Amino acid sequence: MIALLLRDIRLAMRAGGGFGLGLAFFLIVCTLVPFAIGPQPDLLARVAPGVLWLGALLACLLSLDRMLALDWEDGSLDLLATAPLPLEAVVLIKALAHWLTTGLPLVLAAPVLGVLLNLPVEGYGWLVLSLAVGTPALSIIGGFGAALTVGLKRGGLLLSLLVLPLYVPTLIFGAELARRGAEAQPTTTPLLMLAGITAGCLALLPLASAAALRVNLR
Amino acid sequence: MSLWDYANPKKFLTTSEKVMPALWVVSIAGMVIGLVWGFFFTPDDFRQGSTVKIIYLHVPSALMAINAWLMMLVASLIWIVRRHHVSALAARAAAPVGVTMTLIALVTGAIWGQPMWGTWWAWDPRLTSFLILFLFYLGYIALWEAIEDPDTAADLTSVLCLVGSVFAILSRYAVNFWNQGLHQGSSVFRAAAVAGTDTEEKVSNIFFAPLLVCMISFALFFIVLVLYRTGTEIRARRARALMARERAQA
Repeated sequence: MIALLLRDIRLAMRAGGGFGLGLAFFLIVCTLVPFAIGPQPDLLARVAPGVLWLGALLACLLSLDRMLALDWEDGSLDLLATAPLPLEAVVLIKALAHWLTTGLPLVLAAPVLGVLLNLPVEGYGWLVLSLAVGTPALSIIGGFGAALTVGLKRGGLLLSLLVLPLYVPTLIFGAELARRGAEAQPTTTPLLMLAGITAGCLALLPLASAAALRVNLR
Repeated sequence: MSLWDYANPKKFLTTSEKVMPALWVVSIAGMVIGLVWGFFFTPDDFRQGSTVKIIYLHVPSALMAINAWLMMLVASLIWIVRRHHVSALAARAAAPVGVTMTLIALVTGAIWGQPMWGTWWAWDPRLTSFLILFLFYLGYIALWEAIEDPDTAADLTSVLCLVGSVFAILSRYAVNFWNQGLHQGSSVFRAAAVAGTDTEEKVSNIFFAPLLVCMISFALFFIVLVLYRTGTEIRARRARALMARERAQA
């Protein structure tokens, strides 16, 4: 399992610059927002948590189709499916590797971009916490979408159509947590709900992803 | 004689063909009667005027939008557990009907909301959940269309339907938490009204009778459409199989 994880991380970091792509996309989205809505500091401060969450979500989405497609093309997915490791674990490891190479850098970069968007001082800790708790769910849900569409030749657009509605609850609670943190309101409820969604996805979605992958490998 | 006999496509086709003419007549007659009754033979509401009459279109279609997804969920489960092709095809046949019902509910809601709430659209929990339901339908249909092999498509869409149901319910409650609503609660079946303690709040029988006719006939209409479309799917698949066989012989 650890070998697979390390292999995936190494591949993601070395293969063709896919690694920094999500991060750069995140940066660009957050740079474009003030151009679109205007540079007033109080307006930016109000939308900052939501924009940062949306940017992180879209950046996650960007690299989802690479999660399984490369292994599908060169046949290593078939090898993994016949390996003693259960397919559920394979999918989970893939999602974890995706999170470590996409989600975690986003979490770490978010405070810097928060400065650009004039995020209130109280918000930084909560923003990082909400992204750290929420982005694993995004990776796992994305893994499910990738498993559904891996057999398709041009699955990228379909993948976004399938995955984006599934992101709704995570986005709502994540952005709500970041917003309440920034406005110094009570944060327990959204934090617990967000953690609950991540834990639920962690426990149940690998089963569905593995089922979808088995169908596609048939 | 059990329900599972209808998993045989031939049995399904012969029986549904026997039932369908009556169902067509009853459901369309019911819709015409219910809608005409509702539109022309009920008094205007004392506060909302004639705009309230859109309820005869809005409530039944919203009801069927949710029930269509529920039916797809059950059909998907049957396909996954017992692998009856008719079940998978029925789920496929129901999706476009469901998405149309969702669209009707959204559009009629917007038309009613404009004079009553002063806005076409508000980010109210009920409205938002319906929009999300609409997106789920779109994804489901797109996945069916994208995959060529019918069994693979049936398997993958069933898994998507299961996961999507969980997330749809989750979204419903998340959206509730996210924004307080403008949409009124259900005024059709209200517990206090049924108990008789709260007679002021209940929909009067003058309005309720045509609404009930509309809801029942919409449900029947949905059933007959799904039967019809499932029959079409079965025949299309049979035609494909025949063509493949002829090509193999030639």
